[in-house]
Amino acid sequence: MDIESLISKKKIYTVSEITKEIKLLISDNFYDIWIRGELSNCRTAHSGHIYFTLKDENSVIKAVFFRKFHNELKFELEDGMKVIVHGGLDVYEKRGEYQIIIDYIEPEGIGALQIAFQQLKEKLQKEGLFAVEHKMPIPPFPERIGVVTSPSGAAIRDILNVINRRYRGLHIIIYPTLVQGEGAVDDIVSAIKRANERKEVDVLILARGGGSIEDLWAFNEEKVARAIYQSEIPIISAVGHEIDTTISDLVADLRAPTPSAAAELVVKNKSELAKHFKDLVERMLNRTTSIINQKRELLSHYSEEVLERRIRNIIINKTMVFDDISKSLDNSFESLITNCKNRFKQSVAKLDSLSPLSTLSRGYSIVTKPPEKTPVKSTKLISVGDILITLLTDGEFESRVTKVDKEPRRIKG
Amino acid sequence: MDTSISFEQAIKRLEEIVKALESGEIELEKALSLFEEGTKLTRICAKKLEKIEKKIEILKKGKDGEDVLELFEGFED
Repeated sequence: MDIESLISKKKIYTVSEITKEIKLLISDNFYDIWIRGELSNCRTAHSGHIYFTLKDENSVIKAVFFRKFHNELKFELEDGMKVIVHGGLDVYEKRGEYQIIIDYIEPEGIGALQIAFQQLKEKLQKEGLFAVEHKMPIPPFPERIGVVTSPSGAAIRDILNVINRRYRGLHIIIYPTLVQGEGAVDDIVSAIKRANERKEVDVLILARGGGSIEDLWAFNEEKVARAIYQSEIPIISAVGHEIDTTISDLVADLRAPTPSAAAELVVKNKSELAKHFKDLVERMLNRTTSIINQKRELLSHYSEEVLERRIRNIIINKTMVFDDISKSLDNSFESLITNCKNRFKQSVAKLDSLSPLSTLSRGYSIVTKPPEKTPVKSTKLISVGDILITLLTDGEFESRVTKVDKEPRRIKG
Repeated sequence: MDTSISFEQAIKRLEEIVKALESGEIELEKALSLFEEGTKLTRICAKKLEKIEKKIEILKKGKDGEDVLELFEGFED
């Protein structure tokens, strides 16, 4: 084999030529491929293009994500993330490197939107946008309620249904906005700002009916979150269905599971407050009435009639006591007197019986000798011819003694 | 009494009054003066409760770009 003839028959490429061949070969055959791998060495150049390496256990491939393609990217690219990319292979001649030019990337396993949600949630949480201390209380008696929502959406329909059903009087102002798609984010932000500038409502309900995570995406955007955070009017977030949690829900001052629930909440607060008010008034009336009655009752113990009655009672009592005493006194006097009388009578009777006069009345006479007129007790004092004066009960007579018998008398029997 | 006070402030004051009245020993004069204040507050609150009419409005952009409130007619389809 002649080396020279071998060599002269083969084409001798320049570096550029061979590189070009390689480039054509590669880009023709791999212009529309999907690759799965792990991100590493992510970095964003000044130009805005993102460069990284996609790798697995055995190999690596360089990747570039041009700015015009990744503008729409919802989540941040982080080293270690497992992804699926779409693009076309190409060769970068200057470096003799092949790479994949990416036009689409999604996280493997979880959706791109979920990742974006997680990332924003962590970021804002760190900043303190969800802090409970920052949340404003929802006024229990709002005079006017604002609703930021689509004027043709299900949310406002539901809210108005609840209000019509439950409560006669509520003044509602709708701040209309797009709630999904292109321009929704800016529209929502501007609606919230307008409401804050006009200062005509006491509370805002941010409402949007149910939908997919893509439909609700505007309420997961950072701009909307910050507008809610900065709002000086308290905001109730009622986005989607019960199971959907959006960033708006987390930043808002209160979260309602659905727009209807938000309306119920506002209405309930109001009717509860009205009931509380009626309750207070009743208690105040009852209490005041019973205080007045109490005082009146106390006073009645000291009214004129009562006093009079009391005094009268006292007097009657004393009088009765007096009567009792005097009665018993009387009784004792009486008996005393009767006693005395009796004793006197007895004495008198006795006296009487002892008195010579009573003897006389019984038929006895008293013989007396003048001139002494002393009673003659013995015959010794008498002689025949004496003049004697005899006393009888009703007078006396004079007599002459004619005979004297000196025999003592004895009681016969 | 300042009739420009908000419903909530009025309710708060009413609560204080009821609490004082229910607190036990209270002089008749004090009770009556509290009751009088309470009655005034009641009137104010009752008025406010009645006042809120049902009204639904929507903010629209007027001809010159400025905001204008209009009655909400219904659902645009």
